[in-house]
Amino acid sequence: MIRTSLAVLVIDENRIRASIIEAGLREAGHQQVTVIHDVSGIARRIAEIEPDVIVIDLENPNRDMLENMFQLSRAVKRPIAMFVDRSDQASIEAAVDAGVSAYVVDGLRQQRVKPILDMAVSRFNAFSRMARELEEARSELESRKVIDRAKGILMKSRGLTEEAAYTLLRKTAMNQNRKISDIAQSLVTAAGLLGPAEDE
Amino acid sequence: MGAEHQITAGFMPLFDSAVLVAAGELGFAAREGIDLTLHRETSWANIRDRIAIGHFDLAHMLGPMPLACNLGLTPLASETIVPFSLGLGGNCITISNTVWAGMAAHGAVPDLDPARAGAALGAFIRERAAASRDPLRFAVVHPHSGHNYELRYWLAACGVDPSREIEIVIVPPPFMADALAAGRIDGYCVGEPWNSAAVAAGTGHIVTVKALLWRNSPEKVVGVRKAWAEQAPEALAALLRALHHSARWCQNPANRDDLAAVMAQRGFLGLPPAVQMPILTGHLRLGGGAELDIDDFFVPFDKAANFPWKSHSLWFYTQMVRWGHVAHTPENLGIARDCYRPDLYRSALKPLGVALPGANAKVEGALKAATPVGSAGASLVLGPDGFFDGQIFDPDEIDAYIASQSHR
Repeated sequence: MIRTSLAVLVIDENRIRASIIEAGLREAGHQQVTVIHDVSGIARRIAEIEPDVIVIDLENPNRDMLENMFQLSRAVKRPIAMFVDRSDQASIEAAVDAGVSAYVVDGLRQQRVKPILDMAVSRFNAFSRMARELEEARSELESRKVIDRAKGILMKSRGLTEEAAYTLLRKTAMNQNRKISDIAQSLVTAAGLLGPAEDE
Repeated sequence: MGAEHQITAGFMPLFDSAVLVAAGELGFAAREGIDLTLHRETSWANIRDRIAIGHFDLAHMLGPMPLACNLGLTPLASETIVPFSLGLGGNCITISNTVWAGMAAHGAVPDLDPARAGAALGAFIRERAAASRDPLRFAVVHPHSGHNYELRYWLAACGVDPSREIEIVIVPPPFMADALAAGRIDGYCVGEPWNSAAVAAGTGHIVTVKALLWRNSPEKVVGVRKAWAEQAPEALAALLRALHHSARWCQNPANRDDLAAVMAQRGFLGLPPAVQMPILTGHLRLGGGAELDIDDFFVPFDKAANFPWKSHSLWFYTQMVRWGHVAHTPENLGIARDCYRPDLYRSALKPLGVALPGANAKVEGALKAATPVGSAGASLVLGPDGFFDGQIFDPDEIDAYIASQSHR
């Protein structure tokens, strides 16, 4: 017997993350995937789409509104409840940890929904990892910039070579058990307070 | 040396999380040997989920929310108890300029009198119905909230059926004023500062306040995962003592500026101190230039504000029954009665020698004036606690109360 494919609605204000999840669901063979970034007018959209599964990010401040609508609205033909497979506490925890939740229409078997939730969880986690790496790369770049400015200040004010300036920063950081970028930031701040701007 | 107890708590960015926030930020928790970690959340659903799976031991919650969990009205529910209340009052009902004009044509004046305002709103609603216009749409923050139940109580007492003659929707607190300004809703019931925000923007009028609908009535509570409370009773008792000291500090007018500065931080309420002053002082701008001072507008400590009265829990239960959220059965009544835990409050605070109510429940609405009452230890003043329509809720006569309010 051929199963009809499930209609999946993804509600996520983060467009990049939403498109990553959408791509994942399509790769997994789900053809009816709709993505909504903005919940205004959502009752009408739900009436049009008639989703079987709704995936929503936990940062969305409209979860209380949506849960209430799933239970009461005339737009929802069949009641929609939160995906809670009580036999599988681990998957609930994994979802909340990842920052995602799923709602499912009444009567849909949990086995059909679980792969969708698992997909959303793994894509949410991948997105967080990516965002973290991007943030690390950005702060790495920032520290390199501030270290360069600190070296410049030392070279100018104390007549050091670039290498000697860097060595001094590193030694101070080691002695104080702090990061080089912290020492550099303190130096840049102090220089800004004490004298005319060094390099701007 | 590390702290004796590690406690993780969730809260929503609302002013009435102040007692919990101040306990962490101002050292009251640390003094009780607690390392209190606070997590700001974006929805009550998240608070519920994170309590259920153990991310949080306890949280800032809507007063009826733990009942809803225990009565099985919510997904992912875990048994939740209430050993501490975070204060009394603090909410307002705000309407659009258009609705205010309609009410004014029917005799409303800016005095916040619930009966007069309700009568005017009722007349305006019937006038619209006669002209076949869409029902007014009001917003509350959650179906199982004091806001929903007090809005409904007010309208019903004024002859308006809130289930038929208006539409009630859910909107997150920070979006209320914008939704009102954009015309997506016609009015709302929410805690401060989201009422004063609409007044300041010139897009809304405050028509009445919780403190006038039911004086010194319950609002937010500390909801605790029961399994955690049983497993860490000493940590919970230490936390309740810390919250007690924090609440006393929050009530002191001398600390208003400091409290507003704490709450103004980005990780907490994240709004400038000036917008927190109406809830701290009870001095409200109502819109259209009117201003009024409200006694007991928000009470974080006085009047036994932190005591988890079983009569508060049971009143919420009667309203859940009244509006069809739950069936009135002996089992459900028992669950509602067991949810609020004055015994835990009392045993935790006993060593402090402070005033503690001797009873677990009181007849709500019976005190017409502030009244000294019998209590263990120092003196305690309760009330007034009247409902605006003069009704009285006697928790021993719960069947009669429910029957008197049954839907026509």
